[in-house]
Amino acid sequence: MGRGNALDGKSHPLLPPGKQGEEKTNGVFDMFAYYLDLALRSLKRNKVLTALMVLAIGLGIGASMTMITVLHVMTDDPLPGRSARLFTPHLDPLPLNSKQEGDGPDPIDNFTWPDAMALLNAHRAKRQAAMAGGSLLVRPTQAGLRPFDVDGRYATADFFALFGVPFEHGQGWSAADDAARARVVVLSDTLDRKLFGNADGIGQTVRLGDNDYRVIGVAADWGPKPMFYADASAQHYSDADQFFLPLSVAVDQKLQINGNESSWVKVADPSVMTSDGMSWLQFWVQLDSPAQVNAYHQFLVDYSAQQKALGRFERPSANAKLYSLMGWLAHENLVPNDVRLQLWLALGFLFVCMTNIVALLLAKFLRRSGEISVRRALGARRRDIFLQLGIEAAVIGVAGGVLGLLIAQFGLWSVRRRPDDYAELAQMDMPMLLGTFALAIVASVLAGLLPAWRACRVAPALQLKTL
Amino acid sequence: MQIQPILAALRKHRLATLLIVLEIALACAVLCNACFLIANRLGMMQLVSGVDESSLAFIRLTGYDDKITADLNARVLAGLRAIPGMQSVSVINTVPFAQQRGASGITTDAAGQHFGGVVDFYTGAPGSIEELGLRVVAGQRPQADDYRSFSNFLPTDARVLVTQSLAEHLWPGADPLGREFWMDKYHFRVMGVLAHLAVARPGGRGANSADWSVFVPVQAGSSLGGSYLLRADPANLPRVLREAHAVVTKVAPDTVLDRDESRTVSALRHTWFQRDRTMTGMLLGVIVALLLVTALGIVGLASFWVQQRRRQIGIRRAIGATRADILRYFQTENFLIVSGGIALGMALAFGLNLLLMTHYELPRLPLYYLPIGALALWALGQLAVLGPALRAAAVPPVVATRSV
Repeated sequence: MGRGNALDGKSHPLLPPGKQGEEKTNGVFDMFAYYLDLALRSLKRNKVLTALMVLAIGLGIGASMTMITVLHVMTDDPLPGRSARLFTPHLDPLPLNSKQEGDGPDPIDNFTWPDAMALLNAHRAKRQAAMAGGSLLVRPTQAGLRPFDVDGRYATADFFALFGVPFEHGQGWSAADDAARARVVVLSDTLDRKLFGNADGIGQTVRLGDNDYRVIGVAADWGPKPMFYADASAQHYSDADQFFLPLSVAVDQKLQINGNESSWVKVADPSVMTSDGMSWLQFWVQLDSPAQVNAYHQFLVDYSAQQKALGRFERPSANAKLYSLMGWLAHENLVPNDVRLQLWLALGFLFVCMTNIVALLLAKFLRRSGEISVRRALGARRRDIFLQLGIEAAVIGVAGGVLGLLIAQFGLWSVRRRPDDYAELAQMDMPMLLGTFALAIVASVLAGLLPAWRACRVAPALQLKTL
Repeated sequence: MQIQPILAALRKHRLATLLIVLEIALACAVLCNACFLIANRLGMMQLVSGVDESSLAFIRLTGYDDKITADLNARVLAGLRAIPGMQSVSVINTVPFAQQRGASGITTDAAGQHFGGVVDFYTGAPGSIEELGLRVVAGQRPQADDYRSFSNFLPTDARVLVTQSLAEHLWPGADPLGREFWMDKYHFRVMGVLAHLAVARPGGRGANSADWSVFVPVQAGSSLGGSYLLRADPANLPRVLREAHAVVTKVAPDTVLDRDESRTVSALRHTWFQRDRTMTGMLLGVIVALLLVTALGIVGLASFWVQQRRRQIGIRRAIGATRADILRYFQTENFLIVSGGIALGMALAFGLNLLLMTHYELPRLPLYYLPIGALALWALGQLAVLGPALRAAAVPPVVATRSV
């Protein structure tokens, strides 16, 4: 009796009604439905244990999917369709004896003004732009609005075409405006609405800091997440540019820079933005083909060699690099250590849950040795048993996936309440939703493999004797 | 109790036993390290800032021209001091848990060869050191002529106070009073030692340097302004701060009040440690879930084994074993399995700790975590197996005589 409660008088169908094992070629679906029925019966027989297994896999999947989703949104492509053609060059203008102190920002992550201008004026890429973050005080002329700070970007003319910034009204400025240090500004839609209401502000004047600027364009709210072109000190997941000013104006007016300004020469006046011993600019180029990429990289090496010959650079010219957009994000390593640690914790937890389920399924399947032996004796092959038990594991996986999805939604909700800058992004999209089920089913089927394999190797004769 | 037959029985279920041992080992490794991480975060959150947090608030104004600093200070100080319940107001560059405003590397020689680490410089006008409630443990408080006027970042030559922890770092075992240090061309001489003064972003540069601060007494003049320290009775503080917000918008309408920073020091502290609290909560959740799942695994497996062995149990009972014998059998079996898991888990815990040390700047796991973790898992195992074991003990001997 102990082992054989599949045969203990209750009506447990061991075979599909009117069907034998060898007929399955014309009844794959029937067979599948039958196995599903068997699985549900078997799971119903021990509700507590089934609930425990579903709970375990649900908790593991929920925790893992929460952190996988967070990591997914943090490492997602910020500009789909365009990112493959965007590159950022990297020069090494540091003197030989300079060394990094502590874990501060790397000075050569950014460009010096002379290098950025040299690359810009060389026009070796299809499009190129130099840029830097800035923060300015808006002094609205409208009644009822107090002065407020906004973040934005100082950039050269190609910026808008390079990144494909969409415009609501007007357009960006030209290279001629850059050269003329024209006092023009492009506002974000949000700032435009705040200052001018529903009427677009084209042609109006905005007072930013101590100067007046003429509005020539209104950009649609455009915030690539992460903000890949911002420097290491930015809040890459929550910042958005509210205004865009010509870089030449920023340098001319010595406007305030947001970001790391690393200086390696003793400059008398630290506000000298055009010094060749201070890096503070970001530089991006558009390259459309691998040939262009190779040519541009060679150009960077040649430029470094030339600067070295002139005595400005001291380090090997082979230090010049060209990063792709995704390569640059990997280099910047924007994902905080805490998030990585949490992901590993969640995956470790899932692993513990899976070990747990393997042990429980093993015990459960081996307990049914008698039932399995009867099926084997009646003609079922090992692979039929394997399939039957595999389906049972998958049913647990589907149930665990549903529970895991609920737990993951709760987990993401709690992530969204965190004070971190990535919190807002923690939403599950369709691929992640399907991924949850895929992971749940794969995990439970994997967990079921070993027990099912052990169970289908049971010797029927030995078991039948003891029934 | 004989262990031999238990081991023989377990050998029959090698795979299942191995899996549960593995699960307990993983749980043990994660439990020890997660507890250690929590202890570290909690330690950080209990940081002593050295200032009277509950009585202090901070006001920060931006968006004004540097040229009007002195005038702005006069207007704002007069306005703030008129608020009923305000005990004192002074000008200071920043406070602990607000934005970092004076972090810089220092050297212990004039030539700049011996790097002493990155420290936070607090520049405070007369009255601010008393207002903060800083405790001077050696040397003296700044006298009237110690408050120097300056034009750029810091006075070029100043008598300053350093924290005990910074003094110990710069001059281990020596008397710090009268010692000198430099920052580029700025020169400082230690006149006093503070018990504590946390840096503005404690932990941001590592846990060791959380208290590496220098207090520089200055005259606000036209070089320091826009940021003010407010002191009031803790009961009045929220109201005083609310009124202060209203006052500054009235007396300095041409400036921007930084609402993120213009809060009570307790609120700033709460925000600063928010991330650590989240992480602690998350780790606690992981520990609870992990222990729960491990316990479920033990319950599930033990229940199966009890059901499977009903007949054997019946036979043992029929030939003279008492209920206590059966109970003890399952308890001992569980103890053996958990012990195996713990043995493996300790090795795993150390491996995991080594991994965390290389990637997350975590110190070495103290040895006493291991016996505590082991005790917790033993207790968990015994609790989890109790139910199934009691059910086993309840199997009547008559089972042995039924249908063989």
